[in-house]
Amino acid sequence: MKVTITVNGKTHESEVEPRTLLVQYVRDTLGLTGTNIGCDTSSCGACSLHVNGESVKSCTMLAAQADGCEVTTIEGLAKDGVMHPMQTAFMENHGLQCGYCTPGMVMASISLLKENPNPTEEEVRIGLEGNLCRCTGYHNIVKSVLAAAQAK
Amino acid sequence: MIPAPFDYKRASSAAEAIALVGEYGEDAKFLAGGHSLLPLMKLRLAQPAVLVDIARITDLSYIRDAGDHIAIGALTRHMDVEKSPIVLQHVPLLANAASHVGDPQVRHRGTIGGSIAHADSASDLPATTLALGATYVVQGPNGVREIPANEFYVGFLESALAPDEMLTEIRVPKMNGATWGFQKFNRRAQDWAIVGVAAWKRGNESGVALVNMGSVPVLASSVSQAIASGASIAEAAELAASEAEPQSDLNASAEYRVHLAKVLVRRALESTNA
Repeated sequence: MKVTITVNGKTHESEVEPRTLLVQYVRDTLGLTGTNIGCDTSSCGACSLHVNGESVKSCTMLAAQADGCEVTTIEGLAKDGVMHPMQTAFMENHGLQCGYCTPGMVMASISLLKENPNPTEEEVRIGLEGNLCRCTGYHNIVKSVLAAAQAK
Repeated sequence: MIPAPFDYKRASSAAEAIALVGEYGEDAKFLAGGHSLLPLMKLRLAQPAVLVDIARITDLSYIRDAGDHIAIGALTRHMDVEKSPIVLQHVPLLANAASHVGDPQVRHRGTIGGSIAHADSASDLPATTLALGATYVVQGPNGVREIPANEFYVGFLESALAPDEMLTEIRVPKMNGATWGFQKFNRRAQDWAIVGVAAWKRGNESGVALVNMGSVPVLASSVSQAIASGASIAEAAELAASEAEPQSDLNASAEYRVHLAKVLVRRALESTNA
């Protein structure tokens, strides 16, 4: 089937199998491998990206369901070589260790602040409950999100 | 994991979706947010030949004040139920339960109708709407019928819906100032409840339902009957598992679930949320 999906501002028309997952589409069809596959069961959040501005787990969505939608991946955040404030906050606060969960954490965190611009520490922890860090580096991840909220 | 191959059809109205499913029979499944169905398809526990995507039927996504009840379109997402001023004001127990479904990413996609039609006793919203005495409106090839929540859940992942019927609306009676509690006991963030309880109380009237205490969501009628005849909350909560047939699994034994149900029912009924 044919899908038309705008990813990071660029519109793509692609022929996909109906069973193609959105995460496969961005990684394999478009070559945007910044979005990681972790658990593949909508638990870990590594594959989080934005569909129409909201965080979703792209391992549990079909490319067909994103037909006509605007998708943003981690590759689409920096503008003219300048990182998104959330990326800067993760860098400055050591919000990453091995980095595997980071693209998903950053995408989920941006969506979180869009819905709740000034969260408490507890609200950040609850808001990121769908994202697992295998290094258990949660403390600095939460610190990064709070710093990004302050920086705005 | 990638699902087995299937044909994908997109419906733009309930009538079109029902006609499409009628055409393909038992091989077809409705797809809403996909957060119950797609994981099952990836594991090959479900292998429909045709998916009928109903998520774009925008006139089934709404929340309306309908006088004595709140009417919620089946395709309303959990995030929209959780944040709706109408739901927060008139059925705060439902808003709170919706905020406990999965995680934000799941709530951006999953729908109240999908969760109820999936009829998983471990899910939060089937039991919550059961406790609230909701009515489900379903549409089929021969018209519309209403099914009370307490007649809807007939077995493990099995509801009173015919294969060619679609859940279109959930009608939830207003709580009119009742106190309420939602208790979800789990060991890890975002997990399903090992045991959950949705309960409300207004004087001697109450509604109590249990999550993951058997193959279907359980209405704890004995608790409400005890409260109606003057028992204390602590006394009534001892009857929490009277209607339940909990299973033992990796997370908890049946005995432990019974214990949890009693404690959580007491906590939910003692809650002063209003």
